[in-house]
Amino acid sequence: MNEHAIQTKGLVKRYEAVCAVDGLDLTVQRGEVFGLIGPDGAGKTTTMRMLAGVLRPDGGQALVLGSDVIGNPEQVKEKIGYMSQRFGLYEDLTVAENIDFYADLYLVGRKEREARFKRLMEFSRLGPFLGRLAGKLSGGMKQKLGLACALIHTPDLLLLDEPTNGVDPVSRREFWKILYDLLAEGVTIFISTPYMDEADRCHRVGIMEKGKLLISDTPEGIRKGMKTRIIEIKCANPKKAVALLQKMEGVADVVFFGDKIHISVRSQKPDESSIRKFLEKQDTEPRSVRAITPSLEDVFFELSDRP
Amino acid sequence: MKIRRIRAVTRKEWKQIIRDTRSLMLSLGIPMLLIVLFSWALKLDVSNIKTLVLDRDKTSTSRAYIERFAHIEYFSIIGYTDKYSEIIGCIDAGEVKAAIVIPKGFGADLKAGRGAEVQLIADGTDPLTAQVLVGYVSAITAVFSQEYILQALSRAGVTVGKTPLDAQVRVWFNPELESKNFIIPGLIAVIMMVIAGLLTSLTIAREWERGTMEQLISTPVKVSELLIGKLIPYVELGLIDFVLALLVGTLIFGVPLKGSILLLFVMTIVFLVGAMSLGLLISIVAKKQVLASQMAILITFLPAFIMSGFVFPISNMPLVLKAITYLVSARYFVTILKGIFLKGVGVSILWAEGILLLVFTGVILMAALRIFKKEL
Repeated sequence: MNEHAIQTKGLVKRYEAVCAVDGLDLTVQRGEVFGLIGPDGAGKTTTMRMLAGVLRPDGGQALVLGSDVIGNPEQVKEKIGYMSQRFGLYEDLTVAENIDFYADLYLVGRKEREARFKRLMEFSRLGPFLGRLAGKLSGGMKQKLGLACALIHTPDLLLLDEPTNGVDPVSRREFWKILYDLLAEGVTIFISTPYMDEADRCHRVGIMEKGKLLISDTPEGIRKGMKTRIIEIKCANPKKAVALLQKMEGVADVVFFGDKIHISVRSQKPDESSIRKFLEKQDTEPRSVRAITPSLEDVFFELSDRP
Repeated sequence: MKIRRIRAVTRKEWKQIIRDTRSLMLSLGIPMLLIVLFSWALKLDVSNIKTLVLDRDKTSTSRAYIERFAHIEYFSIIGYTDKYSEIIGCIDAGEVKAAIVIPKGFGADLKAGRGAEVQLIADGTDPLTAQVLVGYVSAITAVFSQEYILQALSRAGVTVGKTPLDAQVRVWFNPELESKNFIIPGLIAVIMMVIAGLLTSLTIAREWERGTMEQLISTPVKVSELLIGKLIPYVELGLIDFVLALLVGTLIFGVPLKGSILLLFVMTIVFLVGAMSLGLLISIVAKKQVLASQMAILITFLPAFIMSGFVFPISNMPLVLKAITYLVSARYFVTILKGIFLKGVGVSILWAEGILLLVFTGVILMAALRIFKKEL
């Protein structure tokens, strides 16, 4: 019995000259929320599609819920729920008709379907909109409908490709609440997102860029392994300070965060006190200089070796 | 294959067809429009040809000759003239299609046994009419001159009881040679092909374009379930069109339906499944709606129109084209429909076309099932 929900080895997908996924080794445990993060074009969607069995890889191996999605992509489809990046439901059918259609395709039994339908309506709160055409729903509602259709057959694994992209913060929060409810039911969730802040909601995260997995660990584990320290500076003359810090030795990156300045330092030197001294000498009047917990965005920039 | 999934796809397609009012109206309106257009506007029958007469002889003989043209439906003598130039003017202006010129001395020459000539001027820009016209005038003139000879002989004391040789022409299956009778059965075949090209060629491409296909192929639905589920509503819609065309053709235009209605429907279903499968196949290959509809016109509609024997007889085609017509399923359907409608023949005559139609349908459906991949 394979304990992993997803396991890939050297997964490759090429589009002519471009290698969209370049030797991906990925492991997702059962019962966790795994977040695949990375910028647009990193290969997240391609990975997701290959795992859902709708795109044939050019090489490597991929086991999803213990079955080989490359050799037999159809076998696993009954047990997974997939939500594509683009809204994939029929806009000229109503909410109820879309759900019914997918229930039929998954051959969900009548009794099971009624129970499931009730449950889906509870968490998605789509109940009042059952007779509305899917094309007339708001963005957040559409995503909930997509999720409801992907869940009608009670899958063991959910593959969600950027489900919160373009969804307002309130709907996004609701969406995550639904995902945690599903997790409690024992569903494994594999989610991709371009938003680094969403990664902290996952048990484990994989950071992807240019078709490769840069790292895969818990959010805390990733932060601990980070060499970069982020130092937050408040000062009276921030514009001047930024210009100076950019030239300072050992400083990898300087960015404004509102009225504060964040700098990335990739070694032990310079430390907080030496930075304070440096700024005092230049008349920028630093009020506070302190190390803060790096965000996953900072991690991404360190790992991808960008400035 | 699970019936439940096929039914789910069929139900979904029907809902989409009905909600897309414009396409639905087109798919029901176009057949009606084509039938009316072809049956009324495109008349291949030649009658009431506008004719001008220039009688320079003005004798009882010349008047008797002209009289022959006055009482048959093919000609409509719209006037007499004294000037040859007027004939030219009228033909140039398109006011008349033909003119008959009788020279001076026509009656005298005939009486004297010298033989006489008449001139027929026909507007060749409409070759079909001109050709028929020449035939009519020659026939009328031949009868007139024959009768004249017989009269002369009897005056000389020779009795010839009857015309020595008389061709008794009987046109079978369409005795009045009415063009609508052979156009409408053939037209029904073309209409079915148009519906197939119009509707099914879009159905798969639309799902790819709108992004619904990605979601669909992530489910366990099988290719056969999906394609058959999509085929059924369009075949049903095609049958509705067929019944409408049948009713208009027989009740309004009075086309005879002599053969078995059961056989007619069985053959129609076989043809429709093949035509719709071809539309699906195009849609699968094209993946884009614009490309699919252009391919459909090229692959389904034009061959059905030009190479099925609907308007242009296959026997007159060059060898290469003739060979290609065997790949056009409408060809078999046109033969079958004309056979059932006009001749009232059954399976014993039409079995070969029936089998070829079945083979065509089977091959196309198999190809569609094979080529469609549940992959992006």
